[in-house]
Amino acid sequence: MSAGNETVSAGQANAARYFIYAALIVLAVVYLLPLYVMLSTSLKSLDEIRGGDMLALPKAPSISAWVKAWGEACIGVSCVGIKGYFWNSIKMVIPAVLISTLLGALNGYVLTKWRFPGHKIIFGMMLFACFIPFQAVLIPMARLLGLMGLSNSTTGLVMVHVIYGLGFTTLFFRNYYEAFPDELVKAAMIDGAGFFRIFWRILLPTSGPIIVVTIIYQFTNIWNDFLFGVSFAGGEASPMTVALNNLVSSSTGVKEYNVDMAAAIFAALPTLFVYVVAGRYFVRGLMAGAVKG
Amino acid sequence: MTTIEPAPVIAPQRQSRGFADGLRDALPKIVLAPSFAVILVFVYGFILWTVYLSFTTSRILPVYKWGGFDAYYRLWGQPNWYVAMQNLAIFGVLYIGICIAIGLFLAILMDQRIRAEGVLRPIFLYPMALSFVVTGTAWKWFLNPGLGLEHTMQNLGWTSFKFDWLVNPNMAIYTVVIAGVWQASGFVMAMFLAGLRGIDGEIVKAAQIDGASTVAIYRRIIIPLLRPVFLSAFIVLAHMAIKSYDLVIALTGGGPGNATELPSTFMYSYTFTRNQMNVGSASAVMMLMGITAIIVPYLYSELRERKQ
Repeated sequence: MSAGNETVSAGQANAARYFIYAALIVLAVVYLLPLYVMLSTSLKSLDEIRGGDMLALPKAPSISAWVKAWGEACIGVSCVGIKGYFWNSIKMVIPAVLISTLLGALNGYVLTKWRFPGHKIIFGMMLFACFIPFQAVLIPMARLLGLMGLSNSTTGLVMVHVIYGLGFTTLFFRNYYEAFPDELVKAAMIDGAGFFRIFWRILLPTSGPIIVVTIIYQFTNIWNDFLFGVSFAGGEASPMTVALNNLVSSSTGVKEYNVDMAAAIFAALPTLFVYVVAGRYFVRGLMAGAVKG
Repeated sequence: MTTIEPAPVIAPQRQSRGFADGLRDALPKIVLAPSFAVILVFVYGFILWTVYLSFTTSRILPVYKWGGFDAYYRLWGQPNWYVAMQNLAIFGVLYIGICIAIGLFLAILMDQRIRAEGVLRPIFLYPMALSFVVTGTAWKWFLNPGLGLEHTMQNLGWTSFKFDWLVNPNMAIYTVVIAGVWQASGFVMAMFLAGLRGIDGEIVKAAQIDGASTVAIYRRIIIPLLRPVFLSAFIVLAHMAIKSYDLVIALTGGGPGNATELPSTFMYSYTFTRNQMNVGSASAVMMLMGITAIIVPYLYSELRERKQ
């Protein structure tokens, strides 16, 4: 709703509109500035960075920093760029997202359409699991992964992300299926359809939007995770975020700001891409994760 | 919402209920069980394990020798822990306060039948899609004393401009606030915008007819109606503030010195690099208690409301 006030004179109203647009444009520029600076810095040469102005456009844009970040930059002792870590993240994120989404869908289905005594407590306990500070499970998990021989492995990270993503995926599907008419499920039962058949034929075909929301939410969260990555997968198995931090915070040699920025862009690209193509669903996921109702 | 009766009531009754029928009845529970078991073990079991560790003498590796409250005494005797708590207080209050203020301001501006809303919304929201590590890296460069903002302002002619917060122990925590607000305020805007769009226009129209000014309408009617959004935003932001780890690591590394230490960085360094695992566990328990105190009443009220 909008609050235009008829009693205000036209001049005042115009001034107010100018103010609104001016404020929005200034703020938009502020929000875009860091991205612009990242991008333009990554396209500059080191000399230009040192001598020039952060806000200036690159004089001779070059993608050499990008090439270097991808294939040559030194992370720790190995100088093979971030590409391996980028693939680590891909290999981690795809199975973790798919498994946690599938399980979330089944859990949400059971918790809404096949209720049993105590379903509320179970859901409450799964919901609380979304919010715990992961510091409270870090040591046991490190210990367990060590015992299972999964330390420093992508498999271990997939497992961790599936486990700690279950609460959210269950929440998403549960709230979505809650609104799905029970009558349809009942009718199918009378026709003799079983548990999986009802899920597969009746609920799943209508679940498109929530599947997209869940996948995007999980993808963004898992791709952007740092704490689990740095705790459970060092060295070669590091995900992208950990490698980026190692690259940027390493203090040896010349500080190559352009390469740092290019690497940061690589780390940001997948989630930014998802945001650009499916922003609507991205926001819905955030909201669903924030406002439980 | 009415609950569905279990299947056998509807399924035709046979003479004897065999194994297959029993299996069919139990199927939903069997499907849910692995997930619930996993949560039970890996969330609640692990929390108990961590709590237990905080009462042991664990140093570099977990040991299970009872140490009583020793770790807690040592935790609360650490100047570092007080720095972390103080920083969390500064960061939390400013981060939550500024995010809500900017988010609300942006949402109100965006709600004035803005022409380019479709362009502006994504601009305010995109930082939320970025990893905290990317945000930290970008702002670390942006605020770099010497080459970043300071240098730019000096180039523009403001030669006395100084902005060294990133390396100034007294100010470094505020750079974390700036980067954090940049990342999350657009999201808070989206929450408020959704709230504003949900307000009944009739109430506002009635107030306009009564001659209330725009400012008065916002102050007296609209903002009070947004109370649930304030609460949700507070919960989300408080929860993010307590968990904040990556942003600090990428932006300041907890430094200079320990100037931007937070409970999350404290827990990590005491556990994994300073070999005081019991103290690290104790700090994790403190963080858990903090979040529980905020989240549980909220979840409880949310789940109760849905019942009605």
